[in-house]
Amino acid sequence: MGVKRRAFLIGGAAVIGGGIFALQYGDYAARRDGLALTKRDKAGSFTGWLRIGEDDRVTLYSPHIDMGTGNATALAQLAADELDADWDKMTVEQAPADEAFANAWLGKGFIGDVAKGSAVLGLVPHSIYSLMARKLVGQITGGSSATRFTGQQGFRVLAASARAALVDEAAARLGVAAGELTTARGIVTHAKSGKSLRYGELAVAAAKRDLNPEPKLKAAGDLVYIGKPVPRIDVPSKVDGSAKYGIDFALPDMRVATVMAAPSRGGKLESVDAAPALAIKGVEKVVKFDNAVAVVARGYWAALTGLRALDPKFGDGGHGGVNTKAMYAEQEKLVKDKAGAFDAKGGKLVELSYRAPFLHHMMMEPFALTAHHKDGKLQVWGGMQDPLATRKAAAQAAGLSQDDVMFHPMLLGGGFGRKLPGENAVIEQVVKLAMESPWPVKVIWPREEEVRHGTYRPQTAMTLKASLGTDGKVSSWQSTCAQDAQLEAGMAPLYAFPAIEQNHAKHKSNIAVASWRSVEASQHGFFHESFIDELAHAAGADPLEFRKRHLAAGSRAARVLDAAAKASGWGSPLPQGTGRGIAVVESFGTVCAHVVQVSLRDNGYPRVEKVWAAVDCGQVVNPLNAEAQVMGGIVMGLSAAIHEEITVDKGAVVQSSFPDYPLLTLAETPEIAIEFVQSDAPMGGLGEPGLPPAAPALANALFAATGKRVRQLPIRDQAKA
Amino acid sequence: MAITATVNGKPVSFTGEPDTPLLWAVREELGLTGTKFGCGIAACGACSVHVDGELVRSCSLPVSEVAGKAVTTIEGLKGADGTLHAVQQAWIDIQVPQCGYCQSGQIMAAVALIKRAGKPSHDQIDEVMTNLCRCGTYPRIREAILKATGQAAEKAPSAAMGDA
Ligand code: FES
Ligand code: FES
Repeated sequence: MGVKRRAFLIGGAAVIGGGIFALQYGDYAARRDGLALTKRDKAGSFTGWLRIGEDDRVTLYSPHIDMGTGNATALAQLAADELDADWDKMTVEQAPADEAFANAWLGKGFIGDVAKGSAVLGLVPHSIYSLMARKLVGQITGGSSATRFTGQQGFRVLAASARAALVDEAAARLGVAAGELTTARGIVTHAKSGKSLRYGELAVAAAKRDLNPEPKLKAAGDLVYIGKPVPRIDVPSKVDGSAKYGIDFALPDMRVATVMAAPSRGGKLESVDAAPALAIKGVEKVVKFDNAVAVVARGYWAALTGLRALDPKFGDGGHGGVNTKAMYAEQEKLVKDKAGAFDAKGGKLVELSYRAPFLHHMMMEPFALTAHHKDGKLQVWGGMQDPLATRKAAAQAAGLSQDDVMFHPMLLGGGFGRKLPGENAVIEQVVKLAMESPWPVKVIWPREEEVRHGTYRPQTAMTLKASLGTDGKVSSWQSTCAQDAQLEAGMAPLYAFPAIEQNHAKHKSNIAVASWRSVEASQHGFFHESFIDELAHAAGADPLEFRKRHLAAGSRAARVLDAAAKASGWGSPLPQGTGRGIAVVESFGTVCAHVVQVSLRDNGYPRVEKVWAAVDCGQVVNPLNAEAQVMGGIVMGLSAAIHEEITVDKGAVVQSSFPDYPLLTLAETPEIAIEFVQSDAPMGGLGEPGLPPAAPALANALFAATGKRVRQLPIRDQAKA
Repeated sequence: MAITATVNGKPVSFTGEPDTPLLWAVREELGLTGTKFGCGIAACGACSVHVDGELVRSCSLPVSEVAGKAVTTIEGLKGADGTLHAVQQAWIDIQVPQCGYCQSGQIMAAVALIKRAGKPSHDQIDEVMTNLCRCGTYPRIREAILKATGQAAEKAPSAAMGDA
């Protein structure tokens, strides 16, 4: 795959020119200006989201934070292309955590119920924005949505409308027909007269024109930036230590606090003697919360040393009986009761049960937020996946009006769903500490606190039943799962089975659950694609061919399966003890197939030798970064499949850090080859879809290599002889 | 009494408690925040720096241990004229970082590896590059190390399907 990228780089260099690093994030002052833009100074502002300055600089205000997916660069590519902007003049700003920049505001705008007279009214077709409104409330970055919704359906359309307005303005000034004008690199040109006007000269007047709600977008062949391997704008700051993450924020006189909450979620702090912590040099305060204790000090080390000197007594909240084994037993009973009768209709019944554990996100940056309360105003800084929701939660915790609270979004050292709204404990802690302190306070969670008080991917038990007809095809399919989660009935199968029944039983415990990269597709992809593989073997068929029996010829799934299989040499002989497995999962509008080749290490753990992935995400906006996203998904998927599990004992999470929750290492990472298939499908997401096929493709490969089926994650050494 | 050392070529004195880990001393006392906290127990490598040229996980080294020694953090890797270190440049060329949080440590580890091994082999990379990356940038880390050491395999461009 290195091969492909080099080819792109050559192509890219010709198009993008020398200005590839000109695109930058602005500073905080610029962000404040952004807010002012919507409130007061609207010169050159197209709906507040896009501004063209008199100096020709094009600024996009992105509602998305950067947690590592490169969305700012992709958004700039989409807008710059339709605008015919000069790439060197593009800037992406983090939009302020303000309702004026909520994606829901955009969404509502296109359904038509924002304030009358807003420039945004009617800008984009309703169908698009009803979709956006549903998918994006607040300022969430998640659901692999930034590029495909905000970018493709928002900024790209807005930029096309803005370009048309610039052209109309130029036509009026030059007294020529708009059709005689062309645009390129931020300049409108009238070829006949040789006259031209810069966007910066036109923007103020053009922005006052009515924007066309349904502008014509460029044809694929006319694209200049979209589809090109543009280097990411954030990368230079991430190789020299200058990028500022939430944990890096500091103010003069700032105090640092760290916390320990009741190990069993729901338990309360019963008592704590503050004296041992206060005896530590640098410790200033011990603060009791309802369910936790915090130590405030002059620096993190003093705070941590103080915290460790304490011996707080916590209750278990009545959850002392909760443990992993009991939970699986409860879930499996729920599944059994819920599944009901299954009519195999004379076919061969195949019934199998699977398990997937709680998982932690293990983003590398633990929670760290800073807050300062002064003169009745509260400011909060840090990296969260929804700045607006964070601001609201902070206002609530402080008992202040939202107008008196500001949240300043910073870079996230990984998110993966962990820093979505709903996780408010750290917000409440930092706000409460800041409200009672004349100083700014930064709260840093130790890794151990982070692991024990996560919001985990739900633990799930699943039973699948299918009937195999005499024609070698599945005639009916029934899935029944038990888990605590948002989804009602698991994931719909990708295949065209004549009869499908999905059952779900809610299983609640005191363990908090949340979205984890790729959400339900991660565990349900494993269940479905493991089971279909077992069905193929029950039918005596090749796993690839069996899957395709149940897919329309030429369908997206069939095409990516074929592409991955072809790349991997599917069907060609392998050495003894080595096997290939295949899996395909659709998530977030993207279809992804992986072939994994595996053998066993001496310790019985899988040695993943190579992964071939084929991806259909519709138009690829930035192949260089698209590849990185799929690669990251594969690594995280393999990591979880092989190693990761959160277990519970006495109502508390057992694991605490990397030694007992190991992640895949570089040495364990296979060679990865990724292909994007050409496709006219609507743009799909990329932050998540590379992950789900990894676990089932690996488990299926292990079966091919060893004859052992692994039906419970993590795999670890289960395939050992 | 203050602990004196050299950090990124400049003399400094640390005035905090001597048992404070070097990580927190450079971050909080010197304001050099490029060195990151990931675990505090020498298990992730996010805090990697060089002490007298040796790769060290600074979360687990008391600042008292660097008295009289030379510490290099990610901020000190650039040349005096601001030129990026060859490893940093390779990291940009290969577009390694995603969230970027682990990358200061990855780069410090790679620089130390290259200093020791010259042109590190596949196995040497596996052995030394034990820093964790949750974003899964490992394949590009390997590629960037090969690039920085002139070992990037020149493969013939292939017309991959789709967007090539
Ligand atoms: S923070 Fe030092 S190794 Fe993790
Ligand atoms: S780039 Fe995010 S953890 Fe490595």
